[in-house]
Amino acid sequence: MISPVRTLATARRVLAQLRHDPRTIALLLIVPCVLLTLLKYVFDGEPQVFEHTGAPLLGIFPLLVMFVITSVATLRERTTGTLERLLTMPLAKLDLLLGYALAFGTMALIQTALVFGLTLGPLGLTVNGPTWMLFLVSLADGLLGTALGLFVSAFAATEFQAVQFLPAFILPQFLLCGLFVPRASMQTVLHAISDVLPLSYAVDAMTRITANSGVGGLEVRDLAIVLGSAAVALTLGAATLRRRTA
Amino acid sequence: MMNSSAGAGPAIAIRGLRVLRGGLEVLPGLDLTVPRGQVTGLLGPSGCGKSTLMRAIVGVQKIAAGSVDVLDHPAGSSVLRSRVGYVTQAPSVYADLSVLENLRYFALVLGAPKNDPRRVIEEVGLTGREHDLTARLSGGQRARVCLAAALLGKPELLVLDEPTVGLDPVLRRDLWELFHRLADAGTTPLVSSHVMDEAARCDRLLLMREGRIIADDTHDALLARTGATHIEEAFLTLTAATADTGDSALTTGEPR
Repeated sequence: MISPVRTLATARRVLAQLRHDPRTIALLLIVPCVLLTLLKYVFDGEPQVFEHTGAPLLGIFPLLVMFVITSVATLRERTTGTLERLLTMPLAKLDLLLGYALAFGTMALIQTALVFGLTLGPLGLTVNGPTWMLFLVSLADGLLGTALGLFVSAFAATEFQAVQFLPAFILPQFLLCGLFVPRASMQTVLHAISDVLPLSYAVDAMTRITANSGVGGLEVRDLAIVLGSAAVALTLGAATLRRRTA
Repeated sequence: MMNSSAGAGPAIAIRGLRVLRGGLEVLPGLDLTVPRGQVTGLLGPSGCGKSTLMRAIVGVQKIAAGSVDVLDHPAGSSVLRSRVGYVTQAPSVYADLSVLENLRYFALVLGAPKNDPRRVIEEVGLTGREHDLTARLSGGQRARVCLAAALLGKPELLVLDEPTVGLDPVLRRDLWELFHRLADAGTTPLVSSHVMDEAARCDRLLLMREGRIIADDTHDALLARTGATHIEEAFLTLTAATADTGDSALTTGEPR
């Protein structure tokens, strides 16, 4: 049975752990800002590159960062025995997962707000669509990163493996999401694969919002797919938590 | 025997428990009854299966055969989750949280009263350290944070896997006094140790070797029965006896 008290207590506990680790918080908030600034000035001579990739990257950074910290945090919970201890207590598996999602989702929110302020302000990225929709999609991306991180951490036995899941699990999506080559011009097989990867829809939504001034059905559909994938990953993550182990 | 909760079954009842880990038979078929309201010691060399047995009792161990009943319910039942306290051998608290932050979180998860963290901090003698980061504590102090977490919500059964290892003698004496106070109040502490010296501090002893219970008796009765002057000697006598009688476990303690 999911209990709001236990879910919130878990979220608060995860945030308290982060509070004791100010360097991680600093990295979390500063790194995406530095990277986007770098992107802007690396392509100083070709401003259309920043115009084209800036918005999708606003969604991809939260996903990457949240994926890494969530998978490591959950793995730590598994290897230090606190997970086993918690599962002997009256805590629903979803209490734990939603608590994590809530805590890291909050961090994603702060990170996204900061990156948005920088990119749309001083860096001068222009977006035709509404900023709030862009913000919503990038927050959904952060949540998706958290959910995927929770799920894959079940398959990592060590921190080394967990960190390797970034190139193994996220980079293929990164290549296929339409950021480098438009998805429509990909080879049929690759296009079909990119159709079932959640990151593709995150990038599609961002590209659409950059180009069009209103919010249409397609943007909403893309957002729904990203959130739906996050929910599926969370559910799969819950299935990997076992109260009884060998 | 005395002061056990009236009318209720034993704290733990195990029949034919068989556990395999990594293809090896860790527990080949174990029977065991632990009465309520006594300090029961589970003693045996490291690697004899104590931790596996304790994991089975708290319901986190996959079992191949047999039954484990705890407080009249199958081990691991959801009704038991706030009634059984468990301390694992390795500290299982958050190193990057303070003592109080750890205990507040576990108290919320267990639905324990609001002032419970303060109460258990005092009980394990960590008063004055509540705002220290758990990572900065000594090994013994960290072990006591885990013990404090297990005391939250006043569980009826306490499963403690080597809670006194590496502690200084004064602290060890204090903890054993705490276990007896808890037992007097109706809790059942099951305490494992590989240090035979701790035997004299238990109301009842379970000696374990190679996945079997080789004795189940009081400390004095065990010495009398084996003619030994020290429990280590009794252990050796019993081991030799088990070897003589072949594979079967020798559990000659009178049924209770």
